[in-house]
Amino acid sequence: MSPIQVVFILTAMTTLGAALMVVTVQNLVHAALWLILSLFGIAVTFVILNAGFLAVAQVVIYIGAISILMIFAIMLTRRVAEDVNPQIGRRWWWAAAISVVMFVGLAWMLGNWSGFRSPLPAASSGMDPLVQLGEALVSVNAYVLPFEVASVLLLAALIGALMIAWERRPG
Amino acid sequence: MGDPVGQIARWLEILLLNWGLSAPLVTLIKVVLGVVVLASFVLLVDILLVWVERKVVARFQDRLGPNRLGPFGLIQPIADVIKLLIKEDITPQGADRIVYNLAPIMALATVILLWAVLPLSPTMLGTDLNVGVLYVVAIGAISTLGIIMAGWSSNNKYALLGAFRTVAQMVSYEIPMVIVLMVPVLLAGSMGINSIVQQQEVWYIIIAPLAALVFLITSIAELGRAPFDLLEAESEIVAGFHIEYTGMKFGLFYAGELLHALTLSAIFSSLFLGGWRGFGVDAAPILGLIWFFAKAFFIYWVIMWVKYSLPRIRIDQMLNFNWKFLTPLSLVILIVTAISDKLLADASPPLYVAGMLGVNLVVAWGTLQVLRRTARHERRRVAEPKPAAAPGSRRAPGAMASAHNPPISTTNP
Repeated sequence: MSPIQVVFILTAMTTLGAALMVVTVQNLVHAALWLILSLFGIAVTFVILNAGFLAVAQVVIYIGAISILMIFAIMLTRRVAEDVNPQIGRRWWWAAAISVVMFVGLAWMLGNWSGFRSPLPAASSGMDPLVQLGEALVSVNAYVLPFEVASVLLLAALIGALMIAWERRPG
Repeated sequence: MGDPVGQIARWLEILLLNWGLSAPLVTLIKVVLGVVVLASFVLLVDILLVWVERKVVARFQDRLGPNRLGPFGLIQPIADVIKLLIKEDITPQGADRIVYNLAPIMALATVILLWAVLPLSPTMLGTDLNVGVLYVVAIGAISTLGIIMAGWSSNNKYALLGAFRTVAQMVSYEIPMVIVLMVPVLLAGSMGINSIVQQQEVWYIIIAPLAALVFLITSIAELGRAPFDLLEAESEIVAGFHIEYTGMKFGLFYAGELLHALTLSAIFSSLFLGGWRGFGVDAAPILGLIWFFAKAFFIYWVIMWVKYSLPRIRIDQMLNFNWKFLTPLSLVILIVTAISDKLLADASPPLYVAGMLGVNLVVAWGTLQVLRRTARHERRRVAEPKPAAAPGSRRAPGAMASAHNPPISTTNP
């Protein structure tokens, strides 16, 4: 087993273990902290795949923005630590069935994918993946339309949030 | 010659290979040694920073500062460290033990992690990450997390309030900071900090002075130093998120804060002051280390100068300053820099520098005009007489009281 495989197995175990803790611990703040560990494990997986930009973006967006807002919201809610409600709802077997179907379907799809068995194509030496990503996002032949649509959607969401939070002056 | 660190690394590599170790193992040993040496060096500088901080604040306040232990009081920080080490370690009742003990480690570790991408000299750098600038932002996000953990796990309301303020401040000031970080990236055409340093034939503080200023302000806010120190405002919330920490756990927060200041100064000097660039670096790369630290300590001194000169701002002023001033300004700077950089792409170097500087001056002048108009409007608004119970001024301070006691009508007998 090569060192990179050892690193991958350790990362995957940490990620999955942390994900399991997210849904099993009682304390909500602890669940959020476990979620951060799990997301960090995914960032490490990106590093193993030589995708440095995605790894850093994962940390900035998921840990730096989303998780911190979640913790913030949880801390502002009173008496979270005393939450002793049962963690499993009455229709848990529906969720379990859907999860199993999804897992089997994804495993079947990925098992049929030829990418697993073909060797990794060597990257050309002078290539900067970051530059390629940037050019692909603004190239007419590549992803300029999805990119612009996503930015307009984000802008609309921003304006919508502003409208909801707008304090209308009396009179 | 002139590159002793690189020579030691090569000598060690040959020595280990001659001992019959495999090549990957030798690389691993070299990397681990490099990490240990860099981290220890940074922490040693950190101990010195305590002395620098105390000595400089003393000068600003017309005092002498530590001067009893050793020459110029240089042994004082060692005594401080020993004092912190032998203090009693207290964990408050009801604290969340694991999170409580993890928080100070995260606070210091995230700062040391930043040094991995800082080029200390042309040949001395941890790793030349091609997303170096974004890495700095990502580590900053994790350091916010350490403060939340400290504030929440202490089981103390002041600590929680301090953590709330910290998060509000750090998450807000991250936005203009990331936007102006795009300016050196755009000028250098790379996100790697070392390539940004290499591209600075002319320091970026001359090409983009406004971006440098906004970055300095947001850095001070990220540090939580005065005038942005309302996260540990002594008069309101005692000490903020680290109120319950004693001994070396408090020491880790303190060391982390000082080192964070030096680290952000180092990042500033790498992005805007040419980092290790300076006289004689081509002949002897080790000189780059001296230039790097000279520039970093100069910016550190500027941050201290600001800290000990300005009073603390209020939380509404802090948020207004960020969202209504810094964020729009940084967006304007980014757009203007991008356009003028493209327009001046074919100009000769002196013309290019003059053009970029001129554009920045125009934006600065415009900003000052807008600020002046806003200030005039604000002064007029504040100076207006506000009758306590005049009709139509329901938002006036006396409105609540007058609702219960209606003003006596003049027609009353």
